[in-house]
Amino acid sequence: MEALAVQALAGLASASSLFLVASGLTVIFGVSRIVNFAHGSLYMLGAYLAWTFVSHGPLAELGGFWGFWGGVLLAALCVGALGAALEMTVLRRIYHAPELFQLLATFALVLIVQDVALLLWGADDKFGPRAPLLRGAVEILGLRFPRYELFLIAVGPVVLGLLWLLFHRTRFGILLRAATQDREMVSALGVDQRLLFTAVFFLGAALAGLGGALQLPREAVTLHMDMAIIVEAFVVVVIGGLGSLPGAFLAALLIGELHAFGILVFPRITLVLVFLVMAVVLVLRPHGLLGAPPGAPPASEQAPPLPRPLPRGLRLATLGALAALLLAAPFLGDYPLILLADFAVFILFAASLHLIMGPGGMASFGHAAYFGAGAYAAGLLLRHLAAPMEMGLLLAPFAAGLVGLLFGWFCVRLSGVYAAMLTLAFAQIAWSVAFQWVEVTGGDNGLLGIWPSDWARGKLAFFYLSAALCGLGVWLLRRAIHAPFGLALRAQRDSALRAEAIGIDAFRIRWLAFAYAAAFAGLAGALFAFGKGSVFPTYLAIPRSVDALLMVLLGGVQTVSGPILGAIAYAGLQEQLARVTELWRLLLGLVILALVLFFPRGLAGALAQWGEKRA
Amino acid sequence: MSTPLLEAEGLIKAWGGVRAVDGVSFALAPGEMLALIGPNGAGKSTCFNMLNGQIRPDAGRVRLGGRDITGLPPRAVWRLGVGRTFQVTATFGSMSVRENVRAALLSHHRRLLGLWRPAARLHTAEAEALLDRVGMLAQADRPCAVLAYGDLKRLELAMALAHSPRLLLMDEPTAGMAPAERGALMQQTAAIAREAGIAVLFTEHDMDVVFGHADRVLVLERGRLIAAGAPEEVRADPRVRQVYLGGGRF
Ligand SMILES: Nc1ncnc2c1ncn2[C@@H]1O[C@H](COP(=O)(O)OP(=O)(O)O)[C@@H](O)[C@H]1O
Ligand SMILES: [Mg+2]
Repeated sequence: MEALAVQALAGLASASSLFLVASGLTVIFGVSRIVNFAHGSLYMLGAYLAWTFVSHGPLAELGGFWGFWGGVLLAALCVGALGAALEMTVLRRIYHAPELFQLLATFALVLIVQDVALLLWGADDKFGPRAPLLRGAVEILGLRFPRYELFLIAVGPVVLGLLWLLFHRTRFGILLRAATQDREMVSALGVDQRLLFTAVFFLGAALAGLGGALQLPREAVTLHMDMAIIVEAFVVVVIGGLGSLPGAFLAALLIGELHAFGILVFPRITLVLVFLVMAVVLVLRPHGLLGAPPGAPPASEQAPPLPRPLPRGLRLATLGALAALLLAAPFLGDYPLILLADFAVFILFAASLHLIMGPGGMASFGHAAYFGAGAYAAGLLLRHLAAPMEMGLLLAPFAAGLVGLLFGWFCVRLSGVYAAMLTLAFAQIAWSVAFQWVEVTGGDNGLLGIWPSDWARGKLAFFYLSAALCGLGVWLLRRAIHAPFGLALRAQRDSALRAEAIGIDAFRIRWLAFAYAAAFAGLAGALFAFGKGSVFPTYLAIPRSVDALLMVLLGGVQTVSGPILGAIAYAGLQEQLARVTELWRLLLGLVILALVLFFPRGLAGALAQWGEKRA
Repeated sequence: MSTPLLEAEGLIKAWGGVRAVDGVSFALAPGEMLALIGPNGAGKSTCFNMLNGQIRPDAGRVRLGGRDITGLPPRAVWRLGVGRTFQVTATFGSMSVRENVRAALLSHHRRLLGLWRPAARLHTAEAEALLDRVGMLAQADRPCAVLAYGDLKRLELAMALAHSPRLLLMDEPTAGMAPAERGALMQQTAAIAREAGIAVLFTEHDMDVVFGHADRVLVLERGRLIAAGAPEEVRADPRVRQVYLGGGRF
């Protein structure tokens, strides 16, 4: 009994930390409508900066109470200033961009901060000092409980209270709330909106920085903090309802306690548990516990452009290049052949995501789940049932398609940011299963020795196999887009009202498209597994989902050949960057930012426009 | 009167405590042209939305050919033979005019799940025949995003006709059009409906259009029906005159 009470207290402490980060995220969203992927990076920077201030320089020399608490506060302020700077230089330019582009731009910031932190602080973990005045433990119900954790428990409600005062008792806060409800109205009041938005980013970032800095006495500062916290913070914000502070607080409590008790009851599936709760909440309350439904999308998004064919010359050139490549393959070395087989896989992966994003108009931030499902299906069949490669390649699309049917049934009901978050959540569930179910999946060590059958083991044969299967997949997807199914898919995207009024069941169409796309992603994943000879949980992880998204957006959502161009450009770019520099994340991040800011319609869109202008 | 095609019985819908539609009952005979008129905000669109299943009534029943269809989703109501056009047009912005009609035809033929044959080769002649009926054939290849408002209304009509409906629900079919064009569109609609024996329930603000085409008129005010009958009777009704204060056109 006592142990349970103490466990509940521990849950409250982690809830407080979560709330600090989530509150910043939700405040920023409430006003700017931007879902800030980089919020976890700000949290991580808060922790690193606090470590630096506390253990180096004048504050460290001062030592004692101010040495520590001064360092923590200074770190929070610095991160706040950085947030404001980011708003002024980058985010301000994308307020009117589609939601996915905003997510991508902030993801680019994640990549950039990763490499900058690596450069500044190195790869080793950093350990902070204990907090003055709060060292040691107190006795609660006969059990020892750290003082610092007690302090953290108080921080959450105090911050919630302060934020409430800020939003309800100050002119600044009242303006902010007005801006949340009606942006135009505030500018009509003669308030400089830009200043308001910058201030909000300062506030949100400072909260994240504070959250990170306060972790210093609790845990080591590492380069993985950003991803770990951002996913949890997303979950909290989405469960609470985007933009709702009390909702975030409630959700943080829920998740904190779920962790604390989940460890006791289901130690193996705590991660799954968290995402399951989120999925259930979103299905029952699509806008979170205390969230309000979002208003209509901005007018710019309402009329999707016609799908454009590539200019004829370019299309012929592409086909010619492909044919030349197939003919030249026997004369290439192993390395280029491996690379080309990877390209084929990525093209199919991107094309499958494009079906749901382009014609389907749905957002998926977790497409890697189906890529990974295919890879694991093939790998597990081979490992546990000694099924040959051919069987794996045949069954993988069905396995991934089934997973797509299951996850899609939940995901396709939502739209916009919520759909992106729910797809992300399901991908994380899949990832946790792969990661935690060690007996079957090998956990972090993955499945090794997943090699092709003898006839396909040579690099040349495997390249031809990949090219043939991926070509077939892309061709089938293209046929689907031009077939009645594709027309129905576009119909429900263009006008759900009209689609329903002519007898189209939008839910069913979206659901089937989701599963169909998942099946092809699964085929790509299985091929990838045989190409690499192994399957790891990273196949299902967020970065791989983002890879697919980037390929599609780079190519251009509203073009049928976009994903092909995008996959080649992106995979090629990543490959080249990784070869020439250690800092490929930094460069990739900058490239994504440039893409979002300057080519919002993607490469194929830009090419088509260019072709039209010349014609 | 023979068995009614459509019956509304005691329909009620409240938004935030205020009843937008408050106990509306009426019947519509096969092939009849029935006008639902009333000032802005009277509850006409809300009525339409309950008839085709877009919103669920708080109370009341809707019957089609004697069958209770209350609570069915709009797509099921369309399958039973009710086509509709919207007050604010809703079409597929990324498609050409022909593709819009084709989408409706594919749904009519239950071929929407086809993954193989290109849609561009399916039901082309049928789509063009429909477009011809509403006078839009010349514009078949235009993207519907660039159409004039009146042409969008015509396109909606063609899509509503794709399932050979028994009943057309047309919410303000001529709103936003020039007066001359209004008459022409209603003339065309009436001709099509008479020819195919389709009943039409429409709302309209232009009284010339209403009295020129309706077999019967229903008058809605603040959610309640205050008059119903032949155009002449309704025109003479003192309560209707009061609602349309200064309505010298009556
Ligand atoms: N979705 C809705 N939510 C809240 N109120 C609504 C909604 N739709 C209509 N109303 C209200 O119901 C009343 C009737 O509206 P409507 O049916 O559109 O009238 P009409 O079509 O006769 O102009 C109006 O007062 C309108 O504001
Ligand atoms: Mg209306």
